[in-house]
Amino acid sequence: MSALLSVTDAHVAYGKVEAVRSVSLEVGQNQIVTIVGANGAGKTTLLSAIIGILPLKGRVSFAGQDLSRLDIEDRVAMGLGLVPEHRELFVTMNVEDNLELGAFRIERSKAKASMERVYTLFPRLKERRKQLAGTLSGGEQQMLAMGRALMGEPKLLMLDEPSLGLAPIIVADIFRIVTELRAAGVSVLLVEQNAQAALKIADQAYVMELGEFVLSGKASDIAANERVAASYLGFQHEGASVL
Amino acid sequence: MNTTIMLFLLQDGITNGAIYALLGLALVLVFAVTRVILIPQGEFVTYGALTYASLAAGQMPGTAKLALALGIGAFAFDLFAARKALHGRLILRSIVTNIVLPAIVLALTVYFAAQKPPVAVCIALSLVIVAMIGLFLYRIAFQPLAHTSVLVLLIASVGVHLALQGLGLLFFGAEGQRGPAVLSGSFTAGALRFTGQSITVYGITIAFIVGLWLFFGLTLYGKALRATAVNRLGARLVGIRTTLSGQIAFLLASVIGALSGIMIVPITTLYYDSGFLIGLKGFVAAIIGGLVSYPLTAVAALVVGIVEAFSSFYASNYKEVIVFMLLIPVLLLRSLAAPAVEEEKD
Repeated sequence: MSALLSVTDAHVAYGKVEAVRSVSLEVGQNQIVTIVGANGAGKTTLLSAIIGILPLKGRVSFAGQDLSRLDIEDRVAMGLGLVPEHRELFVTMNVEDNLELGAFRIERSKAKASMERVYTLFPRLKERRKQLAGTLSGGEQQMLAMGRALMGEPKLLMLDEPSLGLAPIIVADIFRIVTELRAAGVSVLLVEQNAQAALKIADQAYVMELGEFVLSGKASDIAANERVAASYLGFQHEGASVL
Repeated sequence: MNTTIMLFLLQDGITNGAIYALLGLALVLVFAVTRVILIPQGEFVTYGALTYASLAAGQMPGTAKLALALGIGAFAFDLFAARKALHGRLILRSIVTNIVLPAIVLALTVYFAAQKPPVAVCIALSLVIVAMIGLFLYRIAFQPLAHTSVLVLLIASVGVHLALQGLGLLFFGAEGQRGPAVLSGSFTAGALRFTGQSITVYGITIAFIVGLWLFFGLTLYGKALRATAVNRLGARLVGIRTTLSGQIAFLLASVIGALSGIMIVPITTLYYDSGFLIGLKGFVAAIIGGLVSYPLTAVAALVVGIVEAFSSFYASNYKEVIVFMLLIPVLLLRSLAAPAVEEEKD
């Protein structure tokens, strides 16, 4: 058994403050794995360290290769993609240019086909392809950020809070697309505060609290866990939003 | 004043303004991509001009040796940076770009300098030499500091400027030089006389601006450069190396600087330290453009050139003062119009 991404005993620190402590996780082929937890639990920090934005102590390997000596650009070229929380789009450039640059490390002959695939996944982007990224709505920007990452033909796509600040109908759309990605052979590591929605589509799940994983297992088991239900899914039946 | 004098001054102003426009565009480009305020831009101008003039006079320019020396330095930096993951291909590529290339250029320079080469060869050699100096300077002085603040980069930039100016004195001496015109001959239209050189200046400036526009608008590398300027993290996340963008920006800036120098040196005598003031006028234009806007910078450069021409006619003692005074109302307006911008954190 070989996991696509495996993180072993990872520590990530901002200066002297350890934001992530002794975390281990695995993402297999064709899997959606989710990390749920409250704001400030260290989820974004962990993703940033896996892609190489922050230094990580511990072991990270991807597709059987140790990542510790590779920088962000090399990890991206290997097929590790990140859609960051703040999307980091090229706001003064149009949608098509953003997508084209997503395929910067891909052969140009393949990029055309990738763009068609992204447009089929997100028809809205095709309608807006000459529009500047900065003028798109929040949902469209999220789609563009995902589309740009997909242009790099990732084997594993890491999504950081893709539903943050978006209307429920768009959130549903984005979660549907995440499951379509799995069907198309892209593994997904999904970090979400919207635990209920994330647990519904995920195969495996980890619960993060104060920089550590406190629970892990099959997503359906986690969703059924009393403690998780109390802390993260508790208010759901009263109609309020999830923590 | 009569119309003839005014037309003369306008023509003079536009010729100089065209060169300031090129320099200003290069400054904006380098700042947007690397956050370096490129003070040594002026040295690229003098190095280009004086290398060209020396070659045309049949002298060996010291800049060719400097390029090789900097190349060896850049190679050492490459080795040091990659010490944990050295492999053959990487070393080979570094040797070829940093040592073999400048060595070949040095050999060619030695060979041609002895026999008063034709103008085209002088131009080509000067451009290649200064381009390599720009590229290696980025590797040695700026790439290791790429993650630091704008202020640190500015201090490094001042240091590079002083070092290059000192070396300029060593290479070219304290006397000024003039080079041969790129295009000789002239024609008159009404009261105005157009020399081949001024036509060259217009032509090259327009060609370069159009070329840059096409490069940034249509090519993948041009777009990658813009992407780095817009969002550095976003660019890294699609696999664009910040160092690659920095190299391209410095390469373009040094070529633009050298080309400007080659265009000026047939018109004006240039000294080893003349570049600073010329670069500074490009900088005034870039500041008026807010260090972000290319079209505004180009227009501002023409204004700077024209103001300079008129003030050298009316109050030649104060011409620099008048040009630099343009900055004060612009900065005042900008500070009133725009909210305070916090320095980028990364």
